[in-house]
Formats: sequence, structure tokens, C-alpha cells
Amino acid sequence: MNKSELVERLAERAKVTKKRAEQVVNLVFDQMTQALKRGERIEIRGFGSFTSKAYPAYTGRNPRTGETIHVPAKRLPFFKVGKELKERVDYAPGARPRSPVAVGSDDASGYPAPALDDADDATEDLAAAPDDDDDNAHDDESEGAIV
Amino acid sequence: MADGTPTTFSSEVVGKTLTKADFVESVYSRIGGLSRRDAAEVVDLLFESVKETLARGEAVKISGFGNFEVRDKKARVGRNPQTGRDIEISARRVLTFKASQVLKDQLNE
Repeated sequence: MNKSELVERLAERAKVTKKRAEQVVNLVFDQMTQALKRGERIEIRGFGSFTSKAYPAYTGRNPRTGETIHVPAKRLPFFKVGKELKERVDYAPGARPRSPVAVGSDDASGYPAPALDDADDATEDLAAAPDDDDDNAHDDESEGAIV
Repeated sequence: MADGTPTTFSSEVVGKTLTKADFVESVYSRIGGLSRRDAAEVVDLLFESVKETLARGEAVKISGFGNFEVRDKKARVGRNPQTGRDIEISARRVLTFKASQVLKDQLNE
């Protein structure tokens, strides 16, 4: 869902014009941006919180060329998901895919096997799971690229 | 824009936290034709719409701000740091936020 789809959805649900919904969406996200710029925290109950963190400048090295580079001080935004949204995003109880992970035999008995009400769904979820690793790879890339 | 936040605190106060009430207040005061009650409802519905979309596993991309994405994490073996024992961390679905370059640039202007 992108911003204009969100605007449409909001217009429908709040029974306001698209124009007004768009003003609201723009205003809210703009206000969040301005707050983060001032170094303020944002806390939206049931959704999550945004903070920004300041990082000092440092002298780094381009790993490809070995060249020394100066990385200026910067401020980066962070989001921490709230409890309610975290639970809503995660698998519903019983729909958690069975794990192929083998755990050390001495304590495996201490943990109940995941309940599988819907084995078909669970298998699909697993098959569709993207490689977790690319998560970090992206971050590293973009960090290195901003110079 | 920066001075427009209708709060009783000055923007110099460190550690100020913006909440939904601040959004409601600015929607009410800056967008005409909505009662305070309407403003509160529309702000609630905005976040509720985003949450519902994410709960379905669909990403929400707000250009100029960032992308909220749902990622499937495979089960993996972790370790209880207290006992040192291996434990299974079950497969899960988590939310990640990636700030847009525009937002990052704004913070460093």
C-alpha cells in the first residue's frame, strides 16, 4: 500500500473527501518528520514509537579501495514496533509454521512442539519466506554507500 | 512548520514526546471543517488502516517518510543467555521500518 492508496482507504473509512484525507495523511507524516528533526520522540499507542539517534563523525575506510574517508556526524531515525501491532503482524496462534531447526536433544523436551492447526498454510508461509540474511546485507550496503 | 506544534511545551524542551493527541490537535486546527471529535477519529483511522494492511502481511510505503515491511523470519536456534542452553526461536513474522532517504536527509539538514 502506498500513500495514495492509504489516502483512498482513509477517505472511505472516515467518510471524508479524498482531498481532506490527503491533507490529513500529509499533515501527520510531516509533523512526524518535523518532530524527529527537532530530536523529539514520537509515541503512537498500539502502533509503535519513533526516535532519532545521533552518531558522531568518524574516519572510516572504503573497503573496496582502502581509501580513508571522513564520515560526518549524522542523525538516523528508528522505529520500534508497539506491542499490539507486533502481535497483529506475527502469525496467529496455531498458524506458526513448523520449524526445521534441530535443537540440542537434552533440552528439546522442555519446549512444547508448535501447534499446527493448518499445516498447508504453514508450509506455504515457509516456502514464501525470503532469505533473512539479505536484511543485514542491505543495511551494510547503504551504510557504506552514504559517503 | 517546526513551530506549529500546538503544545504547551517549547520545542526546545529535550525529551518531548509527540503523541496522537498532538496529531489530533494539528489536524483540528489546520484542516478546516472537522470537529475535534472528527479529527480524533480520522487520526485513529489513519493508523488503524496502516495497521490492518500490515497485519495482512502487506507493506505500507509512505513516500518521503519510509517503508513498513513485514518479513518472515525462519525458525532458528538461539541460546538462553542465562543458562547457556540452546533453545528454538520459532518462525515469526516481524515488522521492519526502513526510513526513506528523504527523511534521513531531513534529519541531517
